[in-house]
Amino acid sequence: MAALLQISSVSKHFGGFTALAEVSLAIGEGERFGLIGPNGSGKTTLINCVSGSLRNESGSIVFNGEEVSRLPAYVRTRRGIARSFQIPRPFRTMSVLENLLVPSAYVAHLKDVDAEAQARDILRRIGLADKADTPSSALSQVELRKLELARAMAARPKLLISDETMAGLSGAEVEEMLKILFALNEAGITIIMIEHIMQAVMRFSQRVVCLDAGRIICEGTPASIVQNPDVQKAYLGA
Amino acid sequence: MKYWASVAALLVLAVVVALAPTNDYFFYAAFVVLQFVVLATAWNILGGYAGYVNFGAGAFFAIGAYTAVVLFKSIGAPLAVQIVAGAAVSALLGFGVGLLTLRLRGIFFAIATVAVTFVLETMMINWRYVGGATGLQLVRPPVELFGTYTRMLFVVMAIVALAAVSVARYVQDSWIGRGLRAIRDSEEAAECSGVPTLKLKLFACTISGALMGAAGAPMPMYLAFIEPASSFSLNYSVSALAMPMIGGTAHWIGPVLGALLLATIQQVVTVTISGEINVLVIGVLLVVFVVAAPDGVLGLFKRWLRSSR
Amino acid sequence: MIFSLDLLTEALIFGVLLGCFYAAVSIGLSVSFGLLDVPNVAHPAVMVFGSYLTFVLTGYGLDPIVAGVLLMPAFFVLGVLIYRFYYESFEKRGSEAGVRGLAFFFGVAFIIEIGLILGFGVDQRSVQAAYIGSSWALGDYRIPYRMLVAFGVALVLTFGLTLYLARTFTGRAIKAVAQDEPALRLMGANPVRIKQWAFGIATGVSALAGAMLIIVSPVEPAMDRLYIGRTFCVVVLAGLGSMTGTLAAGLILGVSESIVLMFLGASWAPAVAFGLLLIALGVRPQGLFGR
Repeated sequence: MAALLQISSVSKHFGGFTALAEVSLAIGEGERFGLIGPNGSGKTTLINCVSGSLRNESGSIVFNGEEVSRLPAYVRTRRGIARSFQIPRPFRTMSVLENLLVPSAYVAHLKDVDAEAQARDILRRIGLADKADTPSSALSQVELRKLELARAMAARPKLLISDETMAGLSGAEVEEMLKILFALNEAGITIIMIEHIMQAVMRFSQRVVCLDAGRIICEGTPASIVQNPDVQKAYLGA
Repeated sequence: MKYWASVAALLVLAVVVALAPTNDYFFYAAFVVLQFVVLATAWNILGGYAGYVNFGAGAFFAIGAYTAVVLFKSIGAPLAVQIVAGAAVSALLGFGVGLLTLRLRGIFFAIATVAVTFVLETMMINWRYVGGATGLQLVRPPVELFGTYTRMLFVVMAIVALAAVSVARYVQDSWIGRGLRAIRDSEEAAECSGVPTLKLKLFACTISGALMGAAGAPMPMYLAFIEPASSFSLNYSVSALAMPMIGGTAHWIGPVLGALLLATIQQVVTVTISGEINVLVIGVLLVVFVVAAPDGVLGLFKRWLRSSR
Repeated sequence: MIFSLDLLTEALIFGVLLGCFYAAVSIGLSVSFGLLDVPNVAHPAVMVFGSYLTFVLTGYGLDPIVAGVLLMPAFFVLGVLIYRFYYESFEKRGSEAGVRGLAFFFGVAFIIEIGLILGFGVDQRSVQAAYIGSSWALGDYRIPYRMLVAFGVALVLTFGLTLYLARTFTGRAIKAVAQDEPALRLMGANPVRIKQWAFGIATGVSALAGAMLIIVSPVEPAMDRLYIGRTFCVVVLAGLGSMTGTLAAGLILGVSESIVLMFLGASWAPAVAFGLLLIALGVRPQGLFGR
């Protein structure tokens, strides 16, 4: 199975600080992939490099057979890479529905009527249908997280990166989000999940990678990762 | 359709007023007010819709004026050509400044516009052909339509104003406007939603510059004179910013309201108190509104509508 | 244009002195914009306001430097109030504040400029002192005393502030709040009060900078816009948040301006700052020492 996303020797520095050091990963089409690691290990930096918010200094990122590391973020979104933000960034002056109309227009190039229909469908699937016309500034935390996912979905992605979507949510809310992500994966979307909530990552992922200080320290099935001493050390400290 | 009917009606009204035996002073004042309508509307396309603040509207305005002068002096170009050329040159300026600084945070774009004002004013002061620091007198060509040159300028400016507002309305309601709003609300999220942020910002900056140039181009004919100090006046830069922020930046009506309101206040204060106090009043109103009524007069009106239901 | 080594050396010497002056004038902005990320385009206007107050105080017989130092506590309070107001009105309300914060400071700068025009007129004002007007003869070169005085004060100010930020508890708290506000909060410190204090210091320093400004050259109300270019040029070239970088960047600006002044004339010298700023933003936006 050819990798949908091939990350090879990607490095990123901020001044003297090395955020990513020669990270290499391959993610197959349709895979459910988990990315874990302590705070500051470089998880968000890695997905910023994949989505285009940041440029990697060296290495290559090949998505769907195309080298994307020199492409601006909006082009990558149009190629099929979508992401949610750790701290939700809704378009505050727009309603929930209007938030989805942005990627609909700019990625899917849908006309107004179709865009709205697609948006309402997504909102229904994600459980926000009754909030369609609410200003996005009035949403609760959970609803904002759902909006992040909904907006990513409106871009009709091949790859969806969920960045700590469940942080701070209650058990029931985590369940809700997991259900949505499973459903998206069933529909054919490859998903990379970044989470600190271990039980969510372990249940969801087929494969997990652990980052620490910008390097991959372990890769494997959820079961093997949990038992790995390096991973335990990374989280609990030396 | 209702919109275009109103535009046609206003145009007809302008022509009728210009042909009527109205007091000449009206046209002097109305020209200035219309000029500010264009400036405010133009500013809002980049500032209100996309959230990038231009501190140097005066530069774009003045370059429109100076382009007009150069064309008039060199080849005796008619007013329409002056305006188109003024718009084109200012558009180029907008594109250039945008290309240099719109990739960066908003504050650097704002400072770049200050820089541009400085550099261009210095250049005009040193350019003999357009009169340098002392300025240049211009002789208006004779006019058959409307009797006096000022009346004709009033109608011309009314056309430019209607065009500017129509452009703003189009941008606002189109998918471009949605993209700009996304940029304003969260540029990073917009980019990740497929919005080509740099291209859209450049587009808004260019259009904004063009309209400011179009506002400035008739100025030399209006005054029969041009000089750097008044063309690059800080008043234009502040008003271009204050009028939309006071009127309301979310909708194209906001800058129009702001311009009508403030230009009227300006006329009254200048005549009754002084020119400097007038400019101070604009500044104070700007700060008051930015702090207390961020959605401008439009926002206040909407809130009042909602509460009186 | 006669190019001679002598002229160049004189331009260099003058440039170094001028550069240190620019560094001192910008250091307040290094703190308020570089560290605290406040879009304080009114910084130069406040400084010019300080210049005019210095002018008024020298009318009572005070030496301008003394006047500047006396103004510092008052400006500190002013800075605290401005930051508090800015925080309550804008920063608290989140990202929406970007445009409004900027428009706010622009409005404030504008009000100060017009206020100064109303109070003092558009003409230039200058001060008298023993060291203004005469020069020190160093070999073939004449170095104006006032530049040396400004140079001295500038060095003291720059090093003083750098040491303060590096060595004292509050100083380090200020740098910490710039880097990681949530962590600071977790440690029990109140970020808002720290930022307030920092902004107060930045504004207090502007008072002395204003005194130096009017010593170095006559001032007029419109100078704030020119100094927006110079101060932001220095702060960006240095790298946001770098104090040591401020001195280096100031020197680069000072020398460049001095050379342009010498060989191209006075009308082009102000454009140097804006030009350097645009180049810095285009080529290396993180500055020379940026974080």
